[in-house]
Amino acid sequence: MHGDRIALLDEGARVATICNACRYCEGHCAVFPALERRTVFAETDLDRLAQLCHQCGACYAHCQYAAPHEFDVNVPVVMAKLRLSGYAKFARPTLLGQAFEHGLWFSVVSFVALLLFFVGGAIGINGADSLIRLYPQGFYDFMPHVLMAGIFAVLALFVICVWVSSLSAYWRQLELPAFWHIQPATYWQALLSGMMLKNLDGGHERGCYEVSDEPSQWRRRSHHLVMYGFLLCFAATLTGTIYHYGFQYPAPYPWLSLPKLFGTVGGLMLITGCTGLGFANVRIRREIEVDDGGLGHGLLVLLFFTGLTGLMLPLLRDSVWMALMLCTHLASVAALFLNFACGKFVHGLYRLVALVADEHEISLNAPDH
Amino acid sequence: MMAFDVVVVGGGQAGLAAAITAAEQGVSVALLEKSGRATRGGNSRHTRNLRPMHQSARFPLEGCYGFDEYLDDLLRVTAGNTDESMARLTLTQSAECVDWLVRQGVDFQKPLRGTLHLGRTNAFFLGGGKALVNALYQRAEQLGVIVIYEAEGIELNCLNGLFQRLTYRQGSETYSIQARSLVAAAGGFEANLEWLAEGWGDAADNFLVRGTPHNRGDILAQLLASGCQRIGEVSQCHAVAIDGRAPKFDGGICTRVDAVPFGVVVNQSGHRFYDEGEDFWPKRYAIWGRLIAGQPGQLAYSIIDAKSEGLFMPTVYPPEQAETLEALAVKLGIDARSLTATIHDYNAAVVTGAFNHQRLDDARTEGLDINKSHWARTIDEPPFSAWPLRPGITFTYMGVGVNEQARVRMADGQVCDNIYAAGEIMAGNVLGQGYLAGIGMTIGNVFGRIAGREAAKHAR
Repeated sequence: MHGDRIALLDEGARVATICNACRYCEGHCAVFPALERRTVFAETDLDRLAQLCHQCGACYAHCQYAAPHEFDVNVPVVMAKLRLSGYAKFARPTLLGQAFEHGLWFSVVSFVALLLFFVGGAIGINGADSLIRLYPQGFYDFMPHVLMAGIFAVLALFVICVWVSSLSAYWRQLELPAFWHIQPATYWQALLSGMMLKNLDGGHERGCYEVSDEPSQWRRRSHHLVMYGFLLCFAATLTGTIYHYGFQYPAPYPWLSLPKLFGTVGGLMLITGCTGLGFANVRIRREIEVDDGGLGHGLLVLLFFTGLTGLMLPLLRDSVWMALMLCTHLASVAALFLNFACGKFVHGLYRLVALVADEHEISLNAPDH
Repeated sequence: MMAFDVVVVGGGQAGLAAAITAAEQGVSVALLEKSGRATRGGNSRHTRNLRPMHQSARFPLEGCYGFDEYLDDLLRVTAGNTDESMARLTLTQSAECVDWLVRQGVDFQKPLRGTLHLGRTNAFFLGGGKALVNALYQRAEQLGVIVIYEAEGIELNCLNGLFQRLTYRQGSETYSIQARSLVAAAGGFEANLEWLAEGWGDAADNFLVRGTPHNRGDILAQLLASGCQRIGEVSQCHAVAIDGRAPKFDGGICTRVDAVPFGVVVNQSGHRFYDEGEDFWPKRYAIWGRLIAGQPGQLAYSIIDAKSEGLFMPTVYPPEQAETLEALAVKLGIDARSLTATIHDYNAAVVTGAFNHQRLDDARTEGLDINKSHWARTIDEPPFSAWPLRPGITFTYMGVGVNEQARVRMADGQVCDNIYAAGEIMAGNVLGQGYLAGIGMTIGNVFGRIAGREAAKHAR
């Protein structure tokens, strides 16, 4: 095992042992009750707690053992580091772990490479002048729908394979039973908690403390905009695909159609939310800031850029810049797909598994069990 | 020379409550805090709850805790060592503590696992005392209170019970403040081991201080020297048994060791010295500080065997462990023959009863000089675990006398014109001895508000 990770696990166990003897933070989030159900903090326990932690900072703001105290307790920082090392550790195939250690580079290089792929492909097939000219028939005149769908189907398959194998590795690390042995209510509770970002509310529904000692809902609300904006964009793609194949009704769609409404609202939410999260990241208090090598920024920029280019596409549809804009948007979406598999996007999935594990453990400890 | 209507010395809950209440009356307020911002709040930042009277269940409290029951509890733990009219005032006013704190932005939590089954009587701050302190500072600053951190070497200028001005150092500079009223809320003197030595002798050197190193009683000493009434004795302090490896100061809650009732406690000579199973630990931990202070080197060891592992709150430091009692004795540096003889005699005296740590069971010893009344089981299953214990001093009782307006009394029976006191510095008026969980914060909250109100009234 990597020396850094061993040191990190030692630090995690040290801090968790202090927290378990103190327990003042148990009302803030799910991490502390989960911690209190344990007496030893082995790797499996720390990998669970780390993904359960939503980095709200409440426990740091309120810690009587934070520096300058000699115990120097800083739960958000050790959890963030463990979380990051977890992404790399559970990545399958294991080679993908490298992508998490060079997060920003991976995002940038994948976007540039994909842009070259789309632009180069268009030049190679249709010639250089195909990039800057009018396409009165729309997007599919420039790039056939089947080709576009084919590329993303391959990417989606890759993403799903990585998700299944990586999350299975994490599932095993948490020593969870087979997924069908877990109650549907447990999944539902975990999903609800994730969708509401329950663990970013500070336990008093006034938000988190990542900027100062005063709680704020800024991060939670920005994240909601991003998450639901993203889901709306996904819904736009889904409805578009259903229209295309189910009803033989290809794009372009009018403004008052489901794909367009979902996409426009979702895109606006996405760029607003990403801007908000960007500000949150800039304003985060230094004491709980952890260098993730640009992993988080990579996702944020790709989401922002995907939202922005997605919104601009219909506006440029009747101009000579449509083809270039489409290549840019597609490269951005494709880079985002790669990020789904080996970028910051995975945080939501690991966290969801950790929430399932937590709800499962709570149900096992319930008195009527 | 800076001038304010009210100057508050001490930035724990009592001082903050006084500053906030005074500022709400529209007077100008300065608050002097000895610590820097990171460790501000005195011992309040190590606390977790207070104890409000309540007639019915209301968040965050469960059930009802009425005046009569509360007063009974207080009279019982203090053995009557309380000023009853002050006690009645405190209890009555305590009903407003939670609402008042909520209005200032303090959050409470619903009772959970770590709350010591005090959900009926005690209201727990969400995130603990530091969260409370942060919220109160923020509120005070919003109200225009001038907070001065790292204010050291405060010297009061008082004449015949009349406060005129004070000076303090900040870094290398000296400043003066003139004010119409002074609120002394600077805590006790538990961090002043030299002062404690006047009551405890050399034993005080080995005390660990659970809270802030800043509570050295400087303000208390000056008030007493200027003729204010002293209540309580220098030797009186609330001391519990904590892990002997804890930091000298600021170890706080996590240094507690709850293993005592599950095994035996021996001193450095390997001998037992008190009934470890006299009563439930929450009712007894407060006497063990004093018991250990009476042992050689102020050091003792709580020893259990494998049977008792996991039955109590996890400890912050791991125990010393060994497969045999001899090996454990060597690790602890105590005489192996003495320890094994003690455990042998103890094991032989255990009367087989049904061990049940949830109630006062009938598992006890018979025939020893010092018997164990409950939860006595043989200590014979390795591994054996031991925690070193030292007295951990939480707070002191000696303070200044005050009246119902929190106005400081003079030794000659007069009452000070413009000096008020709140918090630990005057808590002995209500809690002359003993302890009730959360009573200190309750007194601080109640008298902080009274002192702030009266100091502002006087200043206008």
